[in-house]
Amino acid sequence: MTTRIDQRFADLKKEGRAALVTFVTAGDPDYATSLEIIKGLPKAGADIIEFGMPFTDPMADGPAIQEAGLRALHAGQTLIKTLDLVRDFRKSDDRTPVVLMGYYNPIYIHGVERFLKDAKAAGVDGLIIVDLPPEEDDELCLPAIKAGLNFIRLATPTTDDKRAPTVLRNTSGFVYYVSVLGITGTKAPDLKSVEQNVTRLKGHTKLPIAVGFGVKTAEQARSIAKSADGVVVGSALVNAVKTSLKAGKATPETAKAVHRLVSEIAQGVRS
Amino acid sequence: MNQIAPNSYRTGPDEKGLFGIYGGRFVAETLMPLILDLQKAYDEAKADPTFQAELDGFLEHYVGRPSPLYFAERLTEHLGGAKIYFKREDLNHTGAHKINNVMGQILLARRMGKTRIIAETGAGQHGVATATACARFGLKCIVYMGEVDIERQKPNVFRMKLLGAEVVPALSGSRTLKDALNEALRDWVANVEDTFYCIGTVAGPHPYPEMVRDFQCIIGNETKKQMHRHEGRLPDSLIAAIGGGSNAMGLFHPFLDDASVEIIGVEAAGSGVDTGKHAASITGGRPGILHGNRTYILMDDDGQITEAHSISAGLDYPGIGPEHAWLNDTKRVSYVSATDKEALEAFQLCCQLEGIIPALEPSHALAHAMKLAPTKPKDHLMVICMSGRGDKDIFTVADHLGVKL
Ligand SMILES: Cc1ncc(COP(=O)(O)O)c(C=O)c1O
Repeated sequence: MTTRIDQRFADLKKEGRAALVTFVTAGDPDYATSLEIIKGLPKAGADIIEFGMPFTDPMADGPAIQEAGLRALHAGQTLIKTLDLVRDFRKSDDRTPVVLMGYYNPIYIHGVERFLKDAKAAGVDGLIIVDLPPEEDDELCLPAIKAGLNFIRLATPTTDDKRAPTVLRNTSGFVYYVSVLGITGTKAPDLKSVEQNVTRLKGHTKLPIAVGFGVKTAEQARSIAKSADGVVVGSALVNAVKTSLKAGKATPETAKAVHRLVSEIAQGVRS
Repeated sequence: MNQIAPNSYRTGPDEKGLFGIYGGRFVAETLMPLILDLQKAYDEAKADPTFQAELDGFLEHYVGRPSPLYFAERLTEHLGGAKIYFKREDLNHTGAHKINNVMGQILLARRMGKTRIIAETGAGQHGVATATACARFGLKCIVYMGEVDIERQKPNVFRMKLLGAEVVPALSGSRTLKDALNEALRDWVANVEDTFYCIGTVAGPHPYPEMVRDFQCIIGNETKKQMHRHEGRLPDSLIAAIGGGSNAMGLFHPFLDDASVEIIGVEAAGSGVDTGKHAASITGGRPGILHGNRTYILMDDDGQITEAHSISAGLDYPGIGPEHAWLNDTKRVSYVSATDKEALEAFQLCCQLEGIIPALEPSHALAHAMKLAPTKPKDHLMVICMSGRGDKDIFTVADHLGVKL
């Protein structure tokens, strides 16, 4: 089975360039603006869309993504509405892969089987669930694979050669290498160590490797794109949302600010 | 839930860290290798008699154990039913049961060569205990505490600082214990090399619920021996307050297979479970995943965690240890709740009748005992876990009684 994610990485390989993976929080700052943001992402240069499912207690996220989640929740975002957003996005884009990223509890409460069916029907291609390590694969990873969704795993600097096979065993779509020890959006990645670790992971898997956590500039994206198959940008985009707001509400600038930053970073990835 | 009563209630967790369906290891990949390391180190320490001997030495000479099992004669008379004993964890060094667990974890951290200790705290008792042990062993100590709790537990904040700890306010979410736990987990992810996370209750990912329980079991083990000395038999009932559930689990666990012993955990009902402003995860929550384990949690229909409310900072947590969730479903332990108002009344009664100022946390256990004791015969032996002393709470209590200090 080939998913949109597999197809996209295969296409980019032919083009000879890395993928730009963009993360924004679903429903931030509100449903309509969030839809406008993701609709414009492919044109701005995003190759894969990562869509954060807001959660009250995001233990692996820094302040920027924490706040984005709370903004979305205050505006009434729910798991069901996040799937609605994907469905709305799919009306005009049937090619760009969409990956949902978040924490397990809202999915568990929705019901795993029901969630997988609804997500697949909405046009979701893959899942990244931060608090489901391989030790908990029975919970969602194996059912997701069965339902035809990619389950993308995070590999980290603590994923040594002994642990890598465990982490990679049921991973599909791509591997998300977390470039820093820490939460999202705080430290800048050490580019040398990123390159070493990507090379090391490539010894364990044929899957594409995307690198994220802390990538903010076109310059960083350019150097990461030299060794990795994809670059993930998240907190920087979420911060662009935040600075565009007036009194906590979206402005005509909000979507534009995100798209502008994506275009800039896309140039870094493509050069 | 349809479960068959097991042969023993004391064998959990299994190798995946599960008690029935509860528990587990729901953490980010960065932490997974650390948790596996911790488990290995703990298993080795547990099997090493020199570790246990070292811990026993500190518990006796530094913590001041064994803590007395005290016959609360005037409270017994006043309530006119069950014969009430207090297990006096309030007399431990630092004033609560929290130090039992902290001594164990800090000795383990030293064994593992860790030099930087992080902890979360609600009432500040676990933070104070951790700061104390870190001072004793010359370890760096960082305590995360919700901004709201920093305000209502000022004496403990100052104590931690005196002991050399850095107190970092948790500014996210509800700014109470759950957010302090989130911040501690975020710190750990960023400082994996030298840092040991000393969790203060029987929650978090496996092996914490098991390890903290084991370190707290000294409460129940001593109680069993002491009751034998006082009365020549087992107690008839045990009552303890539940935040995450560590003092309760410590008292309960050694008695789980003694079928004649009635066991009751008391959650915080805040303004009342039906008002939505409470911290009663079992009574008012449902199974979900938070802070590394599956357990009963307060949440909305979208799976978003809701804020807990209690007059007692130590009970103000929207979850409960996974082993309690399992003991609830298997019906071995019953879980009830007491409101802020009931706890305050019990607090005052205990001061007046026994000359003991209890913490607001065990005041919830006392409040339930006040309801239950009069319904029991005079030869019914009831043990209440007096998990801590109330010095830290006098500002909160004064405030609620309309007294200006
Ligand atoms: C005196 C006292 N009792 C009880 C608790 C609640 O914790 P646990 O349920 O883990 O015993 C606390 C927590 O701070 C406490 O300080």
